[in-house]
Amino acid sequence: MQARIVLYALPLAGFIALAVWLAMGLGMDPRNVPSALIDKPAPDFTLPGLDGAGEGFGTADLRAPANEDVVVVNVFASWCIPCRAEHPYLMRWAEDGVTIYGINYRDKPDDARNWLAQLGNPYKRIGVDANARVSIDWGVYGVPETFIVDRSGHIRFKQVGPITTPDLARAFREKIAAARQ
Amino acid sequence: MRALLFALLFLALPAVAVEPEEILDDPALEARARAISKDLRCLVCQNQSIDDSNAELARDLRVLVRERLVAGDSDQQVVEFVVARYGDFVLLNPPVKPHTWLLWFGPVIILILAASGVALYVGRRARPIGIEAEPLTAEERARINAVLRDKDKP
Repeated sequence: MQARIVLYALPLAGFIALAVWLAMGLGMDPRNVPSALIDKPAPDFTLPGLDGAGEGFGTADLRAPANEDVVVVNVFASWCIPCRAEHPYLMRWAEDGVTIYGINYRDKPDDARNWLAQLGNPYKRIGVDANARVSIDWGVYGVPETFIVDRSGHIRFKQVGPITTPDLARAFREKIAAARQ
Repeated sequence: MRALLFALLFLALPAVAVEPEEILDDPALEARARAISKDLRCLVCQNQSIDDSNAELARDLRVLVRERLVAGDSDQQVVEFVVARYGDFVLLNPPVKPHTWLLWFGPVIILILAASGVALYVGRRARPIGIEAEPLTAEERARINAVLRDKDKP
């Protein structure tokens, strides 16, 4: 009799397990698509700089000898409202000594320069990606996106969407620390 | 007149996002580009293909697909180029790989499990119970006859 109850309860238990698993899936954000480039070398590219804001940005900047630290690559645009919310965090990290490179996505140079003049420039170098071609090589599908690239030039982490809360910022700083090891 | 107007409705073409200036001169290449685009997900709108979507990223990818085709890539190479950047999620038709086995074969496995469960249960019920009915004793037979006789009386 006991064995029979167990046998009858089995499909129910299976169903509950499946339902719980699928319900957890509902809670996931479909916008957060895992990057195909994690642990792969950063793509080969060279981007021109923003006139009046320094030189351009390219693969060479991510590798030794130009670079000997874990760096952050932030894809931004002046028309991107969430980027504005994220910007203070980038400024704080830059003050803390984190090297941040910028990819200016589909932007007007004048607007981008105004943006930097108004909000401050956290970027060591900025590459202008007017036709978004290099951003496609990085697997970018929306701004802002923020990458962590390690010393060997491999992409270690990608944040989709803006970092706008202390929690997100802390989590991201932990990812940087992890990539440094 | 009304019939004519009604007939005109059927001439309406489905709206596609491909802009005239994107279309390739070579109809064969363009047809391949359209076929590839229909299977690539627009990551901005997610449940539209890049062929259907008006998002800027979808446009960029359509142009990219056409550029690769003009450069002489095979359909396979073009798809691999995009997958290398955006991952399998960009394919509207998920590939059969170890980590998608559950997706592809799960329903069949559940069906087999459920069907064998039902077969087992039904099979067990249909099997005759191995008990022979005991013959009636003479006394029981007499009682039944008495009852039946009473019932037949008016």
